[in-house]
Amino acid sequence: MKINWFKYSAPSTFYPLTHKLVPVFAGLAFLLIMGGLYWGFFQTPDLLTDQKQYYRILYVHVGAAWMSMWLYAVLVFWALIGLIFNTRLAYMLAAATAPTGAIFTFLTLWTGAFWGKTSWGTYWDWDPRMTTELILLFLYIGYMALQSAIDDSRRSDRASALLATVGLVLIPIIFWSVNCPDPNQCAALHQQSSMSQVEGNIRIAWLVTALGFWMFAFMVILMRVKNIILQREQHTTWVKRLICSNEGQQ
Amino acid sequence: MFTIFKTLLIRDLTLAMRRKTDVLSALFFFIIVISLFPLGAGIDKAVLQKIAPDIVWVAALLASMLALERLFSSDYEDGTLEQMLISSQPLTVIVLAKVFAHWLLTGLPLVLIAPLVGLQYHLDNHAILIMVLSILLGTPILSLLGAIGAALTLGLRGGGILIAVLILPLYIPILIYGSGAVSASMMQGESQAYLLLLGAFLLLSLIFTPWATAAALRISSE
Repeated sequence: MKINWFKYSAPSTFYPLTHKLVPVFAGLAFLLIMGGLYWGFFQTPDLLTDQKQYYRILYVHVGAAWMSMWLYAVLVFWALIGLIFNTRLAYMLAAATAPTGAIFTFLTLWTGAFWGKTSWGTYWDWDPRMTTELILLFLYIGYMALQSAIDDSRRSDRASALLATVGLVLIPIIFWSVNCPDPNQCAALHQQSSMSQVEGNIRIAWLVTALGFWMFAFMVILMRVKNIILQREQHTTWVKRLICSNEGQQ
Repeated sequence: MFTIFKTLLIRDLTLAMRRKTDVLSALFFFIIVISLFPLGAGIDKAVLQKIAPDIVWVAALLASMLALERLFSSDYEDGTLEQMLISSQPLTVIVLAKVFAHWLLTGLPLVLIAPLVGLQYHLDNHAILIMVLSILLGTPILSLLGAIGAALTLGLRGGGILIAVLILPLYIPILIYGSGAVSASMMQGESQAYLLLLGAFLLLSLIFTPWATAAALRISSE
């Protein structure tokens, strides 16, 4: 059997696919987030080491932090696909990913501030991880600012794709420099990942919620890409036919 | 290849010398910003010494960034850039020559004026030497990285403020190690590691950024 790898790379065939996929991801996101939060609130101990009830914000915080970083990689992946194969849809997916990534980054900082206030006594500290997350937010904002500053969508796609790629190359250097401001004695102060040490029920709830966030990201990105496709392809015949048939139904 | 580099360098320097205010305004921006801080933060000697490296570096970042907008814009407006793009000469060399000219006009004056700034903030001679070295190594990186932003925002509305949003986050490592070097030298620490890192960044950006800038120029002017 011959597989047509490029079937869905055309916006006109991808559009109906998003129609089918959005409800699937919406359902999965709802189930997983609700399930994870239920498990996290009612099936877990009230104490995590010496932290009381307020540790539960980690179900939102950790998942959002993972998504914020992962979505930047996704964004650059689509940007690179766009630059290499010059496909319109890849650029549209990259453009649709950025706002969701920025929102998850903001959510991470926001929930982190509350967690920090209760466990460290401060909303904000210049801890390397926080600083890194803040810089990630700046990178998302730079991408979106460049995207929206250019009217010609062809140029804005390619310019912002290049910017995202440069950002990805520099991210390791930026993160390393934030983590290690003194190269003479580089020892990170912040806690290491403690995934393996936490209590089983907590870990289940947190992984399920993170997975739910992932599904949510799929849903929102596909919904946004649908709008971008319609907006950019408004002069094509298939969009006109689509609109006509929708009007005919009503 | 060297001929085009030299020709472009001399051309850009000559053009800049015909309009001296452009060059001088970046320099005076740097001096004014640095002179404003003691007025705001108080003239306590210990405080000034402590904040001097960071202020000098943030001011250098801003001064070099403000000057970036002019890097390609006049060539873009009068069509010279288009001629450069379609010429048979390698675009990366053209970019490198323009960035080098830009650094000579905006970065090098900062290096030369830095000792004076050090005196304003009561730094000792060793710290001043390290500051000059760190700025000498760091400002070319700022110009090289910033050129990508300047190329991407070519001919856009509000280009100057957009460059800031795009490029300032990318400047963070330079800021950390540049000001770190001076701070370390003041606290009897070893600043060699910082300077070596800055040197490494300079070499890396020298190799990779002209290529990215060239790609950005092609995207912006098609």
